[in-house]
Amino acid sequence: MNADTLLTYIYIFVLATFVGLEVIRRVSPLLHTPLMSLTNAISAIAVVGSIVVAGEQRSTATTILGTVAVTASMINIVGGYLITYRMLSMFKKGKQVKP
Amino acid sequence: MSAGMSVATWIQLAYIASAACFVLALKWLSAVPTARRGVLTGVLGMALAVGGTLLRPEIVSYTWIATAFVLGTLIGVPMAMMPMTAVPQRTALSHAFGALAAALVGTAEYISHPHLSRFTMGALAIEVVLGFLTFTASLMAFGKLQEWLPQRPITYRGQNVVNLGILTLALGTAVYLIIHPGSLALFLAMAALALVFGVLLIIPIGGADMPTVISLLNAYAGLAASAMGFALDNKLLIIAGALDGSSGLILSIIMCKAMNRSFANVLFGAFGQAQAAAAHTEKKSHRSASAEEAASLLANAGSVIIIPGYGMAVAQAQHKVRELYDLLKKQGVSVKFAIHPVAGRMPGHMNVLLAEANIPYDALLEMEDANSELPQTDVALVIGANDVTNPAARHDKGSPIYGMPIIDTDKARTVMVIKRSMNPGFAGIDNELYYLDRTLMLFGDAKGFVSELVKEVQVQIENA
Repeated sequence: MNADTLLTYIYIFVLATFVGLEVIRRVSPLLHTPLMSLTNAISAIAVVGSIVVAGEQRSTATTILGTVAVTASMINIVGGYLITYRMLSMFKKGKQVKP
Repeated sequence: MSAGMSVATWIQLAYIASAACFVLALKWLSAVPTARRGVLTGVLGMALAVGGTLLRPEIVSYTWIATAFVLGTLIGVPMAMMPMTAVPQRTALSHAFGALAAALVGTAEYISHPHLSRFTMGALAIEVVLGFLTFTASLMAFGKLQEWLPQRPITYRGQNVVNLGILTLALGTAVYLIIHPGSLALFLAMAALALVFGVLLIIPIGGADMPTVISLLNAYAGLAASAMGFALDNKLLIIAGALDGSSGLILSIIMCKAMNRSFANVLFGAFGQAQAAAAHTEKKSHRSASAEEAASLLANAGSVIIIPGYGMAVAQAQHKVRELYDLLKKQGVSVKFAIHPVAGRMPGHMNVLLAEANIPYDALLEMEDANSELPQTDVALVIGANDVTNPAARHDKGSPIYGMPIIDTDKARTVMVIKRSMNPGFAGIDNELYYLDRTLMLFGDAKGFVSELVKEVQVQIENA
């Protein structure tokens, strides 16, 4: 990475942060727990780096580290999306209670 | 671009689509009707990211990747099936896993290429330090939430100096590695310092501050992923990590505001330790009522607002509360719930607990809305909440909770508080609310007393 690419990445980081702040500011406090479990699943995007390390097979040590990293990320992906969906299924609108 | 696009281009296109999916997922999560679509879009985004990555030419073997996929799924599914009371500790644990993944990838990267350019090494150092410290800090938070570790903050003289010293040492090592690359031993020392710092960071933080800490760790895990993107030249990682980081940041700020605290105060202040509250010597009087009297007031009220606190969840009373809600609704009483932002153990936790008990979400009021309705409300019923209802927060400058936004429970025409005894709560602060003329104390444990209320209301309906 040189200074130019670093600057490009900083642009991307800053813009993504602003998009994130604007979008997430609008999330109702009602849904803050599902929000955290969803962003948790999204941050398991580390799986992208982990897969490469696990599959490149540069050395035994890196393959082990990569495999553990993919496992950890996969736990968050599967667990994170599943529990968020489960939680959201519990939120129901009130119906008129029959007398 | 010619007709024959290279695999690398396809992968980049998949990554761009993936980043767009993540933004849409968060956008659709903003309201209940679209929220589930948001989750599915997030799944699509992740599938694109994983699918694209699996096409990368560097990958020579899929054996270990497949093994890890199976293993992760086998652990991840049961973790998603936990009861809603356990969601805070589950979240802490997944912050730990996310951070660990980032830290391990960074370490593997360094083992393969110890002589990195300065910028890359800088990004890698941030990734690894943030990753490892978030890993142990999240495990500590998990331990506290799971009550395997003591809830109270543990403090000692010079604690902040020791903690900052270790962090400085870790960052100093990182700077040295940027200038003089190529020492695996020093790299591992830096990782070890970060691991130790994570543990020390959480030791002085009390159980009551966990909502803020969990949000902050959420942001750290995201920033570690973003730093990984800088180190690995991967823009998707930068974007997804930044989204996660901003979400953690917003939630931390909301939690801090809800407790009228600053970040520095949460991290270094050790709140929640015995707040040597000035012992009130004067004996104040309170009024109490039986379940029968309370039930009669509730059944004859026009409007009721219930103020639930974590105590309600600890007593597993939420399903009984739902029965009471149903009965009163049937009687034509308007029943709503006032939710303080820190009512549970993580942001939004109380809403999920009540939703799990089948209480419709349109009956849940945010603090501001509840406060504008409370003065016209006949009965405010407090179940398992304490400090967030204490009027001292509004006027008593000497109170440790002065300035904290509260639910103006004392403004309702009649206040009822279910409580075991007159003992002060978690923070050891006496609650003025209990001594008001309009307040009736209902002594008993939350679940038992609400069950009695349900029975008594039923009797009253039958006799009417």
